[in-house]
Amino acid sequence: MTSLSAIPTATGPATAHPSPAPGRRWRTWHSTRSLGQRLALALLALLAAFALAGPLVWPDHAVQDLSRFLETPSLAEPLGRDHLGRSVIARLAHATQLSLLLALLCVATALTAGAVAGIAAAWRGGWLDVALRGLSEALIAIPALLIVLIFSALADGALWTLYLGLALAQWVEYFRLVHARSALVLAGPAVEAAGLLGLGTVHIVRRHLWPELRPLLATMAAFGIGSSVLALSTLGFVGVGLKPPTPELGLMITEAFPFYSEAPWMSLAPVLVLAATLAGLLGLRSKETP
Amino acid sequence: MGTEVSAQLDAAPPVKARLAPLAAVLRRRALQAVGVVLLVSTACFAIVQSLPGDIAFRIAAGRYGYDAVTASSAAAVRADLGLDQPAWQQLFGWWADVARLDLGKSLVTNADVGDELGLSLAASLQLAAAALLLACAFGTAAGAFAARHPGGLVDRATDAGVTLARAFPPFLLGLALILVFSVHLGVLPAAGHGDGGSIILPALTLAIGLAALFARVSRDTIAGILASDYVGFARTKGLSARLVYLRHVLRNAGVTLIAYLGVQALILIEGVVVIESLFGWPGLGHALVHAVFWRDLPMIQASALALALLVVAINTAADLAGLAADPRPRNRKAFQ
Repeated sequence: MTSLSAIPTATGPATAHPSPAPGRRWRTWHSTRSLGQRLALALLALLAAFALAGPLVWPDHAVQDLSRFLETPSLAEPLGRDHLGRSVIARLAHATQLSLLLALLCVATALTAGAVAGIAAAWRGGWLDVALRGLSEALIAIPALLIVLIFSALADGALWTLYLGLALAQWVEYFRLVHARSALVLAGPAVEAAGLLGLGTVHIVRRHLWPELRPLLATMAAFGIGSSVLALSTLGFVGVGLKPPTPELGLMITEAFPFYSEAPWMSLAPVLVLAATLAGLLGLRSKETP
Repeated sequence: MGTEVSAQLDAAPPVKARLAPLAAVLRRRALQAVGVVLLVSTACFAIVQSLPGDIAFRIAAGRYGYDAVTASSAAAVRADLGLDQPAWQQLFGWWADVARLDLGKSLVTNADVGDELGLSLAASLQLAAAALLLACAFGTAAGAFAARHPGGLVDRATDAGVTLARAFPPFLLGLALILVFSVHLGVLPAAGHGDGGSIILPALTLAIGLAALFARVSRDTIAGILASDYVGFARTKGLSARLVYLRHVLRNAGVTLIAYLGVQALILIEGVVVIESLFGWPGLGHALVHAVFWRDLPMIQASALALALLVVAINTAADLAGLAADPRPRNRKAFQ
């Protein structure tokens, strides 16, 4: 492991050449990652597999069997049954899927909107720049959870309001980063030369902006997925997110908590999934050199 | 970070030039505050317009209880609150009210929102200040300790602590603390406000997450300063370790930490919302969550505005403290 960790930073070799062959890119990526990053990746892959396959293996999360309430874990029911006799593992699988899918969707939306707005503002300048920067300046002072809370007041914690609120709260960060970076790149000599050669907008975005922005956006997206999952479960936990029959991590923790001493596995399972997701996303980040 | 702060205090510039950065900070933050108020109040208004069903029935349920809701009680609520005017009229009325600091009455309790806000604001400030103090004290102490021996035991422990604090969100941390200190040990109250000790658990929960971040930042900053040329020179000329710390390390690290305090404001306020709901602390976050639950729009708006403006206020204070601690921007302006 020592020879691997001796390679200084992850952003060096992998991103200096924007487009090597796919196989080579994977090998470069692989060899520059630390043990912790690979563990994090494995953990996330495991969670993703659970989120994708789990709901297929345990399809019915809503079936109640009140005679089997708080049943202890067994081979058929690895996490037992909850206070209403519902399968905990089925609920957990559906909840994980919901959290991860919603987080991915939010981050994809926020990233696209923020990147497009950032590049457009840096490129066009003028009133568009002023308006977008003014909006972002105000939005950046409002905590994301506050925006999502206000939005969730819109329709009783329906899924789309949470999605919209999270995406709206997050696009500002991407906008500010992309704006600052692309303003630098666009003012540089390389882009000027490309413009003089008449290479066009698509070329400048693909060859000059994208390679510069990609590593930054990837890091931010990993954080964004984590904070989306966290926000969703926090709202569920507090009681203003998704509504009870829905399997959701924060809601499951609230529901299981009164039975903590009788059935600790019931509350520990969603806690562990949540912590594993956050730790995995956190571990992906390349170790910064002090 | 290359030049040192304390070495540039000579050649005091004229008063007007010294005030220029101050005015710039205040102008920027004031504009930000106005933007925040406009965004939040418009969003709240949009919600009230797009609510599914008739809000009058919901408010009537909040006021009189679910059993007493009838068409006539809903009509009484509608007439009482002016809910039958056209939308744009209500929006302008809404903005004008906010500009006059008239936040209206709670749709549920019919009490003046301003009065209720004062109480919650005081409770929130108390909690936030306690958490921030704890986090600052323990975080920077741990960071400074870790910076002494990079790679040592304390350094690795704070690093692990940061990861742990990030992986365990505040509400889980709060639950764990309640389980340990209230349920099993029974030494601290799990919820409530006022009686002795009830602030300890919520403040501790908030502080642990913040302290981990403070420790990380102060460790990196102080390690950088200790490795710098000017600290090396101060040592070479024979200053004792304590004097080097007091004269050269503290102030330079302070500039970075104060700036970081502004960044922390967002995390702190988000934490306040969650932790207050968890511990039943009657602050702004608690008020906001309950108002969202009851669709009490004036209360949602007022508490959201207060929380967002609190972020702006903390940022302004951090900016001003940064200006006071760091003479470089003042002098730079003067020489232009």
